[in-house]
Amino acid sequence: MKDLSVELLGEILKNPIIPASGTFGFGYEFADYYDINILGSIALKGTTVEARYGNPLPRIAECPAGMLNSIGLQNPGAPAVLNEELPKLKKVYRGKVIVNIGGHSFDDYAQAASVFNDAENVLAVELNISCPNVKGGGLHFGTDALTAERLVSAVKKSVYKPVIVKLTPNVTSVAEIAKAVESGGADAVSLINTLLGMRINLDTMKPVLAAGAGGYSGPGIFPVAVRMIREVKAAVKIPVIGMGGVASAEDALELIAAGASAVMVGSANLVDPFACKKIIEALPSAMERYKIEKISDLVGAAL
Amino acid sequence: MKESVLTVEKNHKIAKDTYRMRLSGDVGVHAPGQFVELTAPGFYLRRPFGVFDSSEDYLEIVYKVVGKGTAAMSDYPLGTELSALLSLGNSFDMSKAKKPLLISGGLGAAPLHFLAKKFFEAGVRSTIVAGFRNNEEVALLEELQKFGEVTLATDDGSAGFCGNTVCCLESLKTDFDFYYACGPQVMLAALAKKHENGEISMEARMGCGFGACMGCTIKTTNGFKRVCKEGPVFSAKEVIF
Repeated sequence: MKDLSVELLGEILKNPIIPASGTFGFGYEFADYYDINILGSIALKGTTVEARYGNPLPRIAECPAGMLNSIGLQNPGAPAVLNEELPKLKKVYRGKVIVNIGGHSFDDYAQAASVFNDAENVLAVELNISCPNVKGGGLHFGTDALTAERLVSAVKKSVYKPVIVKLTPNVTSVAEIAKAVESGGADAVSLINTLLGMRINLDTMKPVLAAGAGGYSGPGIFPVAVRMIREVKAAVKIPVIGMGGVASAEDALELIAAGASAVMVGSANLVDPFACKKIIEALPSAMERYKIEKISDLVGAAL
Repeated sequence: MKESVLTVEKNHKIAKDTYRMRLSGDVGVHAPGQFVELTAPGFYLRRPFGVFDSSEDYLEIVYKVVGKGTAAMSDYPLGTELSALLSLGNSFDMSKAKKPLLISGGLGAAPLHFLAKKFFEAGVRSTIVAGFRNNEEVALLEELQKFGEVTLATDDGSAGFCGNTVCCLESLKTDFDFYYACGPQVMLAALAKKHENGEISMEARMGCGFGACMGCTIKTTNGFKRVCKEGPVFSAKEVIF
């Protein structure tokens, strides 16, 4: 019997697989497709202080080995997530979840994240300082080490839940940003968010996405994720949550070997709603193939 | 929603850049207005298609070659197996019409064909206005004529009424109590502005097709709605164009 369990921020997860924020809505709709209690945890759709529509359509474009999105954090606002979405999810999911937070200012992040201070079924808040799709917010907090550190220490003052900081790959040194947020008091980091990209329609000579640029995700970014996770794991003591183009149990094992304590699965959920289920079910035989008994023993094995 | 592997049974050209594909397998049950997402081998995202016709063991779609993915589809040999997500989205509310009017622009005729068939099976012949860009692109007329009285319109007048479906409708003075429309957004917007008593099926570029990515969300008088999940069929009164 293979041991799939991992420890994350003081919680034992039955396996390391977590649907990534923005690819699983608020989770409960997937309960119509399969029993989502098999999931290690769930990262909810990015949430801001107030409700947002996001960017104009089209906000999806296809690429080789992946896709671009420029959703722009469409969400009903933190109070509605707490009072409406979380209770709906609680009815169909017994585990604890990760609330993902976006914002335009230090105050925005602190205010939205502290809404979940007393929410029982919230394992942690994940600060999205890497969203490429919100003007004047998000991404720029994640590309400057000092700003990132200050943001995290500001948020930690009013947020009682463990804080995960989601990092962008759109920087020269991701390890430097990871060290900065660790000094700011982050309890964990997650990476990688999407790579900034663009497609142009040759009929119109305009970008395909109405917003112009968007975030590139999917199997094409997987090797970038492996490299960055390994670099960050070597640079910080806090746990690393790995993501970026994971599409199979072997991909998940590879990120864990690179240093991930848990693995988020993103775009794969959008082409196959059963992706997380299939990956979890395939983990034991993949572990067998590589003679791995306990998945937690594999964390950082390739360092 | 259900996932199934379907087999391409027919895949042939029916008009300029326009193909009709029949898939067999465990297709489940579809209501008119619903759509399916098919994998396109070699491409990352699935492609959404309105259901043209379906029964227990088959499903038909009609598609236009607009890019590399649909061009590849038109070359699929018979017997090709495709993973499909089935019975996606909501459907037309047939209880609203005693004298239904169906208005299509381009291949919006495909899902409305399925609706006309269901009305016909319930003993009602529909009034149908089918618009196309020009004579070369006209498709599915004979199929529609089985289930209703069809008026053809082309933008350039190369077949049928000369002008778009909205103008054609004006000239016809059709007797109807509720309409159902599917076609380009400009057509739906013009229709919705003139007539409130109808349902319109919206199209959008989708990521997933089942409500997870928020890629296709539109604004309505009842808040944000996902074309793939709360739609694709909306009340003509609620969509904010």
